[in-house]
Amino acid sequence: MEKFEKHTGIVAPLNRANVDTDMIIPKQFLKSIKRTGFGQNLFDEWRYLDVGQPGQDCSQRPVNEEFVLNFPRYKGASVLLAQQNFGCGSSREHAPWAISEYGFRAVIAPSFADIFFNNSFKNGLLPIVLEQSVVDTLFAEVEAEEGYQLTVDLEAQQVISPSGNAYAFEIDPFRKHCLLNGLDDIGLTLQDADVIRDFEDKRRETAPWLFTELS
Amino acid sequence: MAGQTLYDKLWQDHLVKTREDGTALIYIDRQLLHEVTSPQAFEGLRLANRQPWRLNANLATVDHNVPTTDRDKGVAGIEDQVSKIQVTTLDENCDEFGIVEYKMQDVRQGIVHVIGPEQGATLPGMTVVCGDSHTSTHGAFACLAHGIGTSEVEHVLATQCLIQKKMKNMLVRIDGKLGAGVSGKDVVLAIIGKIGTAGGTGYAIEFGGQVMRDMSMEGRMTVCNMAIEAGARAGMVAVDDTTIEYFKGRPYSPTGETWDKAVESWKQLTSDDDAEFDTVVVLKGEDIKPQVSWGTSPEMVAAIDENVPVPAEQTDAVKREGYERALKYMDLQAGMPITDIKVDKVFIGSCTNSRIEDLRMAAEVAKGRKVADSVKQAMVVPGSGLVKQQAEAEGLDKIFVEAGFEWRDPGCSMCLAMNPDKLEPGEHCASTSNRNFEGRQGFGGRTHLVSPAMAAAAAVEGHFVDVRDIL
Repeated sequence: MEKFEKHTGIVAPLNRANVDTDMIIPKQFLKSIKRTGFGQNLFDEWRYLDVGQPGQDCSQRPVNEEFVLNFPRYKGASVLLAQQNFGCGSSREHAPWAISEYGFRAVIAPSFADIFFNNSFKNGLLPIVLEQSVVDTLFAEVEAEEGYQLTVDLEAQQVISPSGNAYAFEIDPFRKHCLLNGLDDIGLTLQDADVIRDFEDKRRETAPWLFTELS
Repeated sequence: MAGQTLYDKLWQDHLVKTREDGTALIYIDRQLLHEVTSPQAFEGLRLANRQPWRLNANLATVDHNVPTTDRDKGVAGIEDQVSKIQVTTLDENCDEFGIVEYKMQDVRQGIVHVIGPEQGATLPGMTVVCGDSHTSTHGAFACLAHGIGTSEVEHVLATQCLIQKKMKNMLVRIDGKLGAGVSGKDVVLAIIGKIGTAGGTGYAIEFGGQVMRDMSMEGRMTVCNMAIEAGARAGMVAVDDTTIEYFKGRPYSPTGETWDKAVESWKQLTSDDDAEFDTVVVLKGEDIKPQVSWGTSPEMVAAIDENVPVPAEQTDAVKREGYERALKYMDLQAGMPITDIKVDKVFIGSCTNSRIEDLRMAAEVAKGRKVADSVKQAMVVPGSGLVKQQAEAEGLDKIFVEAGFEWRDPGCSMCLAMNPDKLEPGEHCASTSNRNFEGRQGFGGRTHLVSPAMAAAAAVEGHFVDVRDIL
């Protein structure tokens, strides 16, 4: 997993609530058996004017010039500014895969859906919850100023605006540790293999019906 | 000290270790696998040279991509080559690692959330996970069940655990009784309409009250299935006699003395009388009418005798814009009666409503009636091969076919349109599925979430009607 320490980048504003995972990456692209290749289909139904198919050369497709990510001023954006309940819907990890592969390193919103929030951390994508009033301020600022950038400092747990305003955010210490160090949590969990095995042995004794052989 | 909630008990029962940073290792009893969210997890195991921790904890099936016609051709009958690769990849991964899979032509194949309980692979008190957000369904059996992403699928395969933080407790209590023609789907849509799609974020929801106690297991599964649409990863219902009765004689249910011991343990799976919830929401069963969603989020829902809302009346700007965008996408007029919405297609199926009771409710309406000429297609997709068999034994298939419905083979089908079953742009669909997001059932498609009885009623009338007037 790619480390996340401090990142500064252009902000793209996606000003609508309840952006669901079907919108982030439509289902026809979930047929892939790979972890990569989703970036070009991020927000596919909003980004292009035709119906996307897996394996297409997206550079040849008609682009929806009215969709915010297609505005020239947001080209190369790496911080996504969003609204309430971002990432609601399915558990598809293809959503953070697509967002990361497009080039975003952080998503800032007043709230996130739980599963999306959790999946993001597994992929080096930092979801940041800021108060609605702060998010509203950032939307106003990014829309007013071309080339607007934000700095996300994970160590300090701050989002810093061009005018120097610093907004603190909360993050679970374990997730912070994993992101800062780019750690794979399976390896960490397996350090507790003995504890897991003991637990399992006891459980097998007290609730044997949970260990029925399937066939 | 206050008593424990059902969720507190399930958490405590599965807590392997609390780590210094405050996170917890939670033991997972059952993982269900399907073809869409597992290939990258198996690939991860191979790359790290890891083996599954406990093979027997996993059960796999193919459901999202499978066609619902011409199933005798097996995998060869999947015309979409990309879908076919995904299905064969699951078959190969399960064969390679030794995981039990119900393949396409196995009569036990079906939607993961239907087959788990049907086989007794889901049992009360289990932790159940799957790379699918509707895993909350299994909470109906007092399980701690929720969807996970692919990285966590790999984590559970490799360690039999998940790293978790405890959620908060919410009780949604539905008092009183439901009227005739009103079912679990209407209850859960009414709940989502009340608390919103983010209302349950950060919570595990327990559904309780007399309405839940009186409800069948099928109905409880429908309610828990859509907990995620209220923002809660996990929904659950306490164990009672209905729960225990359901597991008698299931293939993987315990037997003999082990059954007695299991039942004794299952009876503890209720919230204590003095348990405290962080949030309590109360609804009255008598107030719940048949529901129809009009917008592009499950919270955009109304009772059948109401009108499509007028966005201008919304004071919150984000909500108002959301309503305006939804009405434009759905091509509906502000203030129009719900009963004036015409339907082009009807879909009865999905992990929300494809069980035998759902099909019986739809058949009761379809019996002796005909699908309206204006409806282009009405299909019934049973949740599993065994549900299909049962329905055919009861003659439900004949009722549907005589009424003009198509009787299909099991799978996720038009709920998310990864297989050939989909809406064309602009079509309105009365659907018993769980999400009305833009494009969910096909690019440009317009979904209205309803109960099986309401979907069947819309099919015969060509527009939404109050099923209570028909029955």
